[in-house]
Amino acid sequence: MALTKADIAERLFTKYGVSKRDAKLIVEAFFEEIRSALEAGEQVKLSGFGNFDLRVKNERPGRNPKTGEDIPISARCVVTFRPGQKLKSRVEEGTSKL
Amino acid sequence: MTKSELIEKMATDFPHIQVKDMESSVKEILEQMVHSLASNERIEIRGFGSFSLHYRAPRIGRNPKTGERVDLDGKYVPHFKPGKELRDRVKDNIR
Repeated sequence: MALTKADIAERLFTKYGVSKRDAKLIVEAFFEEIRSALEAGEQVKLSGFGNFDLRVKNERPGRNPKTGEDIPISARCVVTFRPGQKLKSRVEEGTSKL
Repeated sequence: MTKSELIEKMATDFPHIQVKDMESSVKEILEQMVHSLASNERIEIRGFGSFSLHYRAPRIGRNPKTGERVDLDGKYVPHFKPGKELRDRVKDNIR
């Protein structure tokens, strides 16, 4: 099972008594504000969690996997995530017995 | 944008919610995300992306100061894959 927006909203409702409607909107706004900042070309740094950085990728040769046709992949900007120290160590501790 | 700037922006989105309550909500969202990954559970946010764990095999590392060999265990590291909407919204951002 994966964690979803609905799960996160449910927890804001049960733990903090935020109304169900607000909880849903807050979770939506959280991800939307991060997307907007990245769309505006701004790095997002969430201490304890990690950083969302933007990287420019140059044009490179690609191929349509269905037809085998050569098509260049245009230059573009992509989002990369660098986990923070606290997230990395919590994951290492939590998964050490796997 | 930092976490506190994110909290401020969200507080202006919701004028009827106090800044300190918005701060608790944002911290709780992040804590749930950390907890989920630490429990080896994926995170899937449609239009934003998904977070999962990738395995790193055990290897022999070196202490960069002394050159000494160090055995490093295998471990899991968080990985983010941006979703379609996020990819489409940032891709033309080449300045």
